Amino acid sequence: MIEPVLEFKRVSFDYKSEPLKDRVPILEDINFSVNDGEFISIIGPSGCGKSTIFRLITGLEEPGAGKIYRKGQQAIDRLGRVGYMPQQDLLMPWRTVFENAMLPLEIKGIKQNEAEEHVLKLLMDFGLKGSEKAYPGDLSGGMRQRLSFLRTILSGSNILLLDEPFSSLDAITRLTMQEWLLDQWQKLSKTILFITHDVDEALFLSDRIFVLSQKPNSLIKEVKVPLGRPRRVRDLGNLDVITLKEALIDELRPRTAT
Amino acid sequence: MKNLNSYYSSLLVFGFLLIWEAGARAYNKSFILPAPSEIALTLWELRSVLVLHHLPPTFLVIFIGLVLSILIGTGLAIWMNGNKVAEKTFYPIIIASQTIPIIALAPIFVLWFGYTIWSKVAVTVLITFFPITVSAFDGLRSSDKNLKELLLTMGASKKDLFFKLYVPSALPSFFSGLKVAVTLSVIGAAIGEWLGAQAGLGYFSRRMMTQFDGAAVFAPIVLLSAVGILLFLLVTWLEKTLLKWRKTG
Ligand SMILES: Nc1ncnc2c1ncn2[C@@H]1O[C@H](COP(=O)(O)OP(=O)(O)OP(=O)(O)O)[C@@H](O)[C@H]1O
Ligand SMILES: [Mg+2]
Repeated sequence: MIEPVLEFKRVSFDYKSEPLKDRVPILEDINFSVNDGEFISIIGPSGCGKSTIFRLITGLEEPGAGKIYRKGQQAIDRLGRVGYMPQQDLLMPWRTVFENAMLPLEIKGIKQNEAEEHVLKLLMDFGLKGSEKAYPGDLSGGMRQRLSFLRTILSGSNILLLDEPFSSLDAITRLTMQEWLLDQWQKLSKTILFITHDVDEALFLSDRIFVLSQKPNSLIKEVKVPLGRPRRVRDLGNLDVITLKEALIDELRPRTAT
Repeated sequence: MKNLNSYYSSLLVFGFLLIWEAGARAYNKSFILPAPSEIALTLWELRSVLVLHHLPPTFLVIFIGLVLSILIGTGLAIWMNGNKVAEKTFYPIIIASQTIPIIALAPIFVLWFGYTIWSKVAVTVLITFFPITVSAFDGLRSSDKNLKELLLTMGASKKDLFFKLYVPSALPSFFSGLKVAVTLSVIGAAIGEWLGAQAGLGYFSRRMMTQFDGAAVFAPIVLLSAVGILLFLLVTWLEKTLLKWRKTG
């Protein structure tokens, strides 16, 4: 059997910053495993703890209970191991587009020429060519998001955590970026975890979808996407997919008391 | 827009000088209130002695004082930013140090350092390190916590965090403090020289006071403020070149 690259076993978590008495567990008894080369989407209502799962994987937070495994080993020292694209774009306002993209390569200590070449090529792919000398303050929301995405790709990690990476892109650019992502994912055999609010996006991109329910008892439900690869946008019109989509949307809708 | 601004302020200064000139002529006691034209004339007459003999020692005091202040101030700020105990210990002391009437304390420096350059430097440091320390410290603290976390997820070391996040975040605030400090440094040097010196613009001005030469009291002061303005412009220029990304105006 193939070993999962990433595994959560009975992980619970709450933010310590809250005063003890009104502390609600954000995650309780979460289990899941991600195989090498898989594309996983995570969906769930706002505030249910999706971004928190990413903070746990990156090592910014430690689980209150339970364990996180990487390649079958308990992962204690997790910082610097995965490529993380946070929900806000978090660009450095004092660095140009080019310098922002260079950041992960500088930290990894990659040689200047080599790094520059790499960055320039990707800037082209991401439609940021021509603005490499601009500062983030002069970019549109969509451009900032693409730059933040580009920076994550440049981290060179095998596991990418993308927190709503395409939320401020227009439909066409978003489709281009989705196709680019699928293309890269297949070429470079990366493992991707992808948070989104868009059920269509999740269905189009992923092998499996994790559905988180509203806290306090956020449980993960797994759904396999009944589509082969390569996919095209019109595959989303399949009957199977439409039924699944409706089921997912029902799942996400807040339960009304009956 | 910028040209227009300096146009208005020049106009105001010119008007003020005009009133001063008229008032001084009417009052006609030049040892108390010399007219601007007299001061300009004296400045011109004393130009070589002021610029060649008295400006260099004063400038040296300002320069050494500022360099020491920047070293001590930023060093302290970096330390306080990295160490909670250091912050709790030094921050209140730094604030309290500003309530000390420095002019009253200045004679003690003469006792400690004698009539050497160091008594003057000490006064300069004491009044300039405060804006530098506080602004550098606030700047360091203003760095974005989320950016710090992002850098950590990229595997950044302490050194990476310092140079790639803390320093750039602190620069805008540091420069604001430095602008205040360079103008104060001129005052510090002048006060230091009043205590006793063999040369310097502050010393010269005070000596002329005892000789009832009003115009010669003001002439070195004009030169001092010119030094202050030049230093201010230098810092502004540095700020503009280093912080190109900031939207101004
Ligand atoms: N640093 C923090 N300290 C305390 N509580 C936090 C912190 N970050 C998030 N929370 C809380 O944890 C809960 C889950 O937050 P999280 O950001 O993981 O939600 P999310 O599923 O990503 O939501 P969204 O879809 O809106 O991004 C929220 O109720 C939030 O208030
Ligand atoms: Mg989120």
